[in-house]
Amino acid sequence: MADPIKIRATLQGEFTDIRVLMPHPMETGQRRDTASGKVLPAHFIQAFTLSANGKPLVSAQLNTSVSRNPLFAFRARDLKAGDRIVVSWTDTSGAQRSDEATVGA
Amino acid sequence: MNSLRRVLLKSAGASGTFGLLIAAGLLKPTRVLANDWNRAAFTAATTSDAMKAYGTPNPVDHREILISAAEIAENGAQVPIEVHSRIPGSQTIAVFVDRNPMPLAASMSFANGALPYVRLQLKMAETSRVRAVVRTADGKAYHASREIKVTLGGCGG
Repeated sequence: MADPIKIRATLQGEFTDIRVLMPHPMETGQRRDTASGKVLPAHFIQAFTLSANGKPLVSAQLNTSVSRNPLFAFRARDLKAGDRIVVSWTDTSGAQRSDEATVGA
Repeated sequence: MNSLRRVLLKSAGASGTFGLLIAAGLLKPTRVLANDWNRAAFTAATTSDAMKAYGTPNPVDHREILISAAEIAENGAQVPIEVHSRIPGSQTIAVFVDRNPMPLAASMSFANGALPYVRLQLKMAETSRVRAVVRTADGKAYHASREIKVTLGGCGG
C-alpha cells in the first residue's frame, strides 16, 4: 500500500491554496534496474481527483513524465476553514489511494 | 486491506456486483476511473499528434496563459512549472513537453470554484519547449509556450 497522500489546504485571502503530495515511484518504463539490467515496467499514477465537501474541484490525468512523488498545487475560491478536502488516485497497476484533510486558516 | 482489494477486483469481474456495491453505498461513486485515461494522446510521440488526439489540433496563441518556470533546470527529473490561465471560461489545462518521448505530461480540468491554475513537477529528457493548452467553456483552445533548458536529463534517472 502506498504511503498516505499529504494534503495541505490554507486560506490565503480570496482563495485557498491546496498542496497535494502523492508518494509514488512514477516509474517510466524506460529505466533499467542497475543490478539486473532489466527494464523496470511502467508504474505511475494515471488519474487523480481533488474534491471539497464532496464536490469535484480538479480531475487530472497524468503521464509517466510527471516527477516521482508528484507534488501539485491548486487554488480554489469559496472555501472556508474546516471544509473537507479529499484526494484520490488510481495507478497503472489498479492500486488506489484516498486521503483527506481540512482547510486550515 | 490488500485482500479486500482482491475481493473487490474479483467481484468487479463478476458483472453487476460492483454496481450493487456502489448502490449499497459501500463504494464512493467519486472513485477515480483510469478508463478515462486518454491513451492516444498520452502515448503520442510528437506534440502535434498528442494535441490532435487530445482534441486541440490548432490552439491559438494567447498572452493570458502564464507559464512560470526557471529558465534553466538543473535536474530534469524534477522541473517545477506553474501554469495560470486568465482567459475567462478556462476549464482545462494540459502540459506538453516537445522533446520528451511522450510529450503530453498532464491534463487537469477545473470546476466548482477551482481556479485554472496548477503547479507541478515534470520530468524532462532534455532542453525543450514546454507548452500549455487551455480549453474554455465555449470549446475553444488556446496556447502558450516557453523554453526550459535542462542541464541533466530526467528520464534515465
